Amino acid sequence: MADHKRIDEVTGTHTSGHEWDGIEELDTPMPRWWLWSLYATIVWGIVYVILYPAWPMIHGATEGVLGWSSRGQLEQEMQADTARRAPVMNAIAATSIADLPAKPELMQAAVQGGAAAFRVHCVQCHGAGGAGVKKLYPSLTDDDWLWGGDLATIEYTITHGIRNPDHKATRTSQMPAFGRDGILEPTQIADVVSFVRTISHQEKRSASSARGAVLFEANCAVCHGPTGNGGREVGAPKLNDAIWLYGGDRASITATVTQPRNGVMPRWNSRLDPGTIKMLAAYVYSLGGGEKAPAPALAAAAAEGLGADGQP
Amino acid sequence: MASPDDLTGEHGSLYAARKGVYPKKVDGPFRRFKWGIMAVTLAIYYGTPWIRWDRGPHAPDQAVLVDLANRRFYMFQIEIWPHEFYYVAGLLIMAGIGLFLVTSAVGRAWCGYACPQTVWTDLFQHVDRLVDGDRNAQIRLANAPWTAEKIVKRTLKYAVYLTVAFWTGGAWIMYFADAPTLTHDFWTGQAAPVAYVTVAVLTATTFVLGGFLREQVCIYMCPWPRIQTAMMDEKSLLVTYKDWRGEPRASVKKAEKDPGVFGDCVDCNQCVAVCPTGIDIREGPQIGCITCALCIDACDSVMAQVGRPRGLIDYCTLDDAATEKAGGVAPPIRKTLFRPRTLLYFGLWGAIGLAMLFTLGQRTRLDLAVQHERSPLYVQLSDGAIRNNYTLKLRNMELRPRMIEVTLSGLPGARLWIEGGAREAAQQSLRMSLAPDRVTSARLFIVAPGAGPARQEFTIAVRALDDDPRGDSETIQFDRPGTEP
Repeated sequence: MADHKRIDEVTGTHTSGHEWDGIEELDTPMPRWWLWSLYATIVWGIVYVILYPAWPMIHGATEGVLGWSSRGQLEQEMQADTARRAPVMNAIAATSIADLPAKPELMQAAVQGGAAAFRVHCVQCHGAGGAGVKKLYPSLTDDDWLWGGDLATIEYTITHGIRNPDHKATRTSQMPAFGRDGILEPTQIADVVSFVRTISHQEKRSASSARGAVLFEANCAVCHGPTGNGGREVGAPKLNDAIWLYGGDRASITATVTQPRNGVMPRWNSRLDPGTIKMLAAYVYSLGGGEKAPAPALAAAAAEGLGADGQP
Repeated sequence: MASPDDLTGEHGSLYAARKGVYPKKVDGPFRRFKWGIMAVTLAIYYGTPWIRWDRGPHAPDQAVLVDLANRRFYMFQIEIWPHEFYYVAGLLIMAGIGLFLVTSAVGRAWCGYACPQTVWTDLFQHVDRLVDGDRNAQIRLANAPWTAEKIVKRTLKYAVYLTVAFWTGGAWIMYFADAPTLTHDFWTGQAAPVAYVTVAVLTATTFVLGGFLREQVCIYMCPWPRIQTAMMDEKSLLVTYKDWRGEPRASVKKAEKDPGVFGDCVDCNQCVAVCPTGIDIREGPQIGCITCALCIDACDSVMAQVGRPRGLIDYCTLDDAATEKAGGVAPPIRKTLFRPRTLLYFGLWGAIGLAMLFTLGQRTRLDLAVQHERSPLYVQLSDGAIRNNYTLKLRNMELRPRMIEVTLSGLPGARLWIEGGAREAAQQSLRMSLAPDRVTSARLFIVAPGAGPARQEFTIAVRALDDDPRGDSETIQFDRPGTEP
């Protein structure tokens, strides 16, 4: 190759001696500022290696004299963000849950914060978006509530949980195991199931449902109400609607009456601060089924053991 | 071929020191034209952000504004939203084809007259002449030892460089915020850090690129000269030294002694002295030539002094050069300007421009986007009805608040309401007011009877309740039990 080196006649520049099918390469000198730019980048690289983590070692990389790390930066950013959100969080914490809807900006912030907390703590059972899981965990997006769907009630449910034996304020109730404990005979259970399916418009009236009506009055109405409207003070579900947490077909209802489910939800006051619980309540409320708070008279009536609809 | 000595001897350095360029002051029609273009381009650059344009109370009143924080681009009467960014892409395509058009017609006119690097280099070279004097004084000063005078002059010159560079960087940020407010904030230390950083970076690049690197940018950094060599053909205008007329060169005295032997070039080197990139145009077309035509001015004035016709160096195409060399007369310039290639570029350029103008006039300023929420797909309600949830996004791209109506069709018995409303009061349509120049987001609830197909397509439409009835609609599905996979 070296014997191809020559001076190009047109440009007066040396060729590099490389030649491909008659095409030769000029060895044009680089501008000197380019060389200095290259040196500058090398110096910059050395400085960078000294200041920042650079060389990979067996257990991590060299640390760099600035002590910078991406984890440390994330931590700083998280702290800065917590500080940024502090005023809103404090305002939410200082506002009673019933007053939240009157402050749309706080409510919106609470719903967003609640959505984030929901994704961490609640989706495992209630599903993404609060859709629930059939035959296991109730949907939070519909217009049917076991214990009530206004803001304060939801907040109470989340705070104290449902059927937590270690907690006095927890929501609790127990449906008797009518089949397992022999309170009702299997034929009687079949009659009760017929009646329940009649009031929820899944079956036509029959002799069986007529017999069931009597049994229902005696055994079930005290909690579920005479018309099957449910009783929220004891978390007794509405039986005359289209929503069935554990299934509304004959077999499922029979199984529930025989061996009730008595679902459990953990209380969250031992794990979450009141502000987060408030935000969770706001989020659940916003999912589409949120109810207006009951009028004080009705609330008082409910406390005395009457149904939310004012009927005993 | 090279001599054996060349091959075995000193190979020369791999790196070449930059040769200083000290262009001489020159006057003439092209120089004056360049002054004019410099004045216009600098006036556009510095002045545009200060033009006011009344858009009413809901939008900024700056005529040209790239509002990055709010993601809007304002250009006089036109407002571009991020989703309309294809207009900007269209402008870039037009700029590209425009450069093709200009290059194929008049060669590197962009490089010679309008490129910011050329304009700012010209400006800085003028600063050189103001502080140091003309070419000879500059060369003397460059070679002089560091005396007090040189230090003072250099300090003064770099201070002027820095001032020009700072104003250049300072003007740039005015395009991105309200100029008067930003100017006030900038000098009172209240502007965003990014404003100071941008000004610092642009000051530094202007200082270095305009003050020192100059023609090195054109020769080593810029890809455009390389692309242009591919864009040009035999009919593109080039600054050409007409060697068939000028060679062989001789001084006036020598030519008088031997009439008829020598060409018109008196070898006065004025064309080299005035060249801002430091080339010798008499060596023929070369990548360093930005076709600024200052050598034409210089040569013409010398030809006038020695009483020879102008145009020894002149704009000329390769074809015309061949014709003139053979003794013919070059066709008039319009024949080279209007040829199929330039007309095609112009047609393409104009078509894109017209198409953009047409779509700009046609675009609706009310836009609807609906997203079906997927978790859950549907909600069973206690009375047997089914509810689906949607995220509704309404873009009001006009600079006034508008009342709109959202209507359902194709879903019998359906009712809709948005967050904050209630099912009891729901109708088949709802009205809401949209804030000006903003996206309004709302959670939309639609309830329909439980009986029906598992997946049903229907239409959500939005229309404005004012003088402009144009709106938007979207077809989307309603899910009932049975659609789970």
